[in-house]
Amino acid sequence: MRQRLETLFDALLPVLATLAALAVGALMLLILKVNPITAYAALWDGAFGSVNSFAETLVKATPLLLVALGICISFRGDVINIGGEGQMIVGAVTATWVGLTFTDAPGWLVITLALFAGFLGGALWGGIPGALKARFNVNEILSTVMMNAIAVQLMNFLLRGPMIDPSQAQLASKIPQTARLLDAFHLARLVPTRLHLGALIAVILAILVYILLWRTVLGYRIRAVGQSPFASRYAGIKTPQYMALALLLSGAFAGLAGAIQVYGVNYRMITDGSASGFTGAAGFNGIVAALFGQLHPLWSIPASILFGALLVGANKMQRVVQIPSALITVMNGLVVVFVVSSEIWRRRRQRRRLTQTPEAETPSKQDQPEIGKEARQ
Amino acid sequence: MDPIVILSAGVATGTVLFFAALGEVFAERSGVLNLGVEGMMLIGAMSAFSVANSLGNPWLGIVVAMIAAGLISQIHAYIVITLQADQVVSGLALTFVGTGISLVLGEGLSKAGTVAQIPALSVPLLSQIPFLGPIFFTNQSVLVYLGYLIAPLAWYYINRTRPGLHLRAVGEYPSAADALGINVFALRYWYVFVGGMLAGLGGATLSLAVSPGWFSELTTNGQGWIAVGLVIFAQWDPIRAALGSYAFGALRRMILDIQGPLTLFGFDNPFYYNSYLGFFLQMIPYAFTVIVLVIGSREAIRKRLGSPAALGVPYIRGERGK
Repeated sequence: MRQRLETLFDALLPVLATLAALAVGALMLLILKVNPITAYAALWDGAFGSVNSFAETLVKATPLLLVALGICISFRGDVINIGGEGQMIVGAVTATWVGLTFTDAPGWLVITLALFAGFLGGALWGGIPGALKARFNVNEILSTVMMNAIAVQLMNFLLRGPMIDPSQAQLASKIPQTARLLDAFHLARLVPTRLHLGALIAVILAILVYILLWRTVLGYRIRAVGQSPFASRYAGIKTPQYMALALLLSGAFAGLAGAIQVYGVNYRMITDGSASGFTGAAGFNGIVAALFGQLHPLWSIPASILFGALLVGANKMQRVVQIPSALITVMNGLVVVFVVSSEIWRRRRQRRRLTQTPEAETPSKQDQPEIGKEARQ
Repeated sequence: MDPIVILSAGVATGTVLFFAALGEVFAERSGVLNLGVEGMMLIGAMSAFSVANSLGNPWLGIVVAMIAAGLISQIHAYIVITLQADQVVSGLALTFVGTGISLVLGEGLSKAGTVAQIPALSVPLLSQIPFLGPIFFTNQSVLVYLGYLIAPLAWYYINRTRPGLHLRAVGEYPSAADALGINVFALRYWYVFVGGMLAGLGGATLSLAVSPGWFSELTTNGQGWIAVGLVIFAQWDPIRAALGSYAFGALRRMILDIQGPLTLFGFDNPFYYNSYLGFFLQMIPYAFTVIVLVIGSREAIRKRLGSPAALGVPYIRGERGK
């Protein structure tokens, strides 16, 4: 009985963490002299108020989920990927190039090729820090952050230079954007909303990533490396290679997120000079979603929807009560703070249980790696 | 493309990085990895600018910036020291929290225009030294001089004093330190706080001296992350951190200046005539950081030097191991 209560409590922890973050957010709203109830009502209305707003929430959740899937792979392998932003950008660039080059090919073929190209582009951008980690033991946290900044400049260059919309190139304004993709290349939409096929693709991939991580040798090795690099090495697993591979795969999913963002939502790439101008900071928020989903691909689905809702709702909140939507950035951070803080109860209980009764834990929780164990070696 | 101008501006902009990196050196030497430097710097930059804007006193701005960033760092300290949670994740969360708070509270500050800045001055006599004088001692902000003072003092403190020995002990072998009666938890809290204050000082140096103003998250533009990278390159040594920061600052200034002149060494300047090359120049500081990390990691392996042994590991009393 007691154990069942504890399991229930564990399952409720993320919910409690969200409520705690909302409570602190309410406090901040009070300090800013805004009625939290009005603000949160606007937030809810903006995210779930109508069919259309719920569709927007799902549209926003799609890149979050894709990035989160990659994060599940890399963090499980004890590799910290903070390069989601850059990987999304490079994936979007390669995918856009496919769509703008093969204009005579049938739509389904181009979309397939483009999404694959996005996957590869992201894999390249995640693979570079992965290789540096495997070969030179370069800290991947920092190299992925640096790769973000490099990707932004690459995007700014391409969208003003070689890939600029030919009609813009002749104008004086020279808006840094690519030409629009042909209508045949757009991902199918659930009209009248903007919900597109990418959301479905992301959910299917979540299931595939679950299978990859828990039902294949590759996934087993990635998780083994994450849990105990030393034991894995003794078991004959080439630890650096699997870390690099985890980072590469992680980047690939972020790259796919970028590609789907172009083919499902924007239909072109446009830059305001910053990374978040294109990604909407999905490369970072996807990390939050994955952590909230306990680094589990399937739990990442509801987690992404939650953060998609917060982001969409924040815009409405900004309009109604004039609070900068950056407040949601604070809340995202606070959710993570409360989630990682609440881990201690679970760990203490686990330790107690280990000393008392050698009982089996639910596997999905027991095998959570301690992230960052090797972050600084 | 005057080398003196580039180096002197490099020292000024490098001071920002130096303060942030030095703060991280202190935190990491005590065994706590704090990836929230970017967030803490933004908090510092925003609060310093805000105070200078509303009260007209930049010095008060500096003080408030350091306290604010120090306090926000204590969230991280509590999570990783008391709750023993994952330091990487918590540091990331701190980046989110710090960035978000500074953007919310800094809303509207970007229109504030000019505020009172920390004064710049030249040192008599020292500024007359050929070459070095114009670079280090002419028309620099008071905060830059503060950096010259802090770097050797911090080195001396860490390597030659008793409290510095305690700091290193806590980061290398906390259970041994604990057995000797050193309060591991209190010291770690304190050095995370020091790290936060120095990151706040770095942010304040940006918004009140080096590039005055508040430009939302573009104020720091990733410098907090570069500072964390520099710590590895500096191998947790304050002097190396200072030199690395100044060199990095000079590199950034050179990238700006190289696009100016019509000719370069007697040839047409490609960076002037082809503006597209500018984007690639902008990549250099970040690519350079990666290269620096490669060099730093290789050197660390060769010399068998490394990070503080207990870095990133929560200290749990009575558990086996370090």
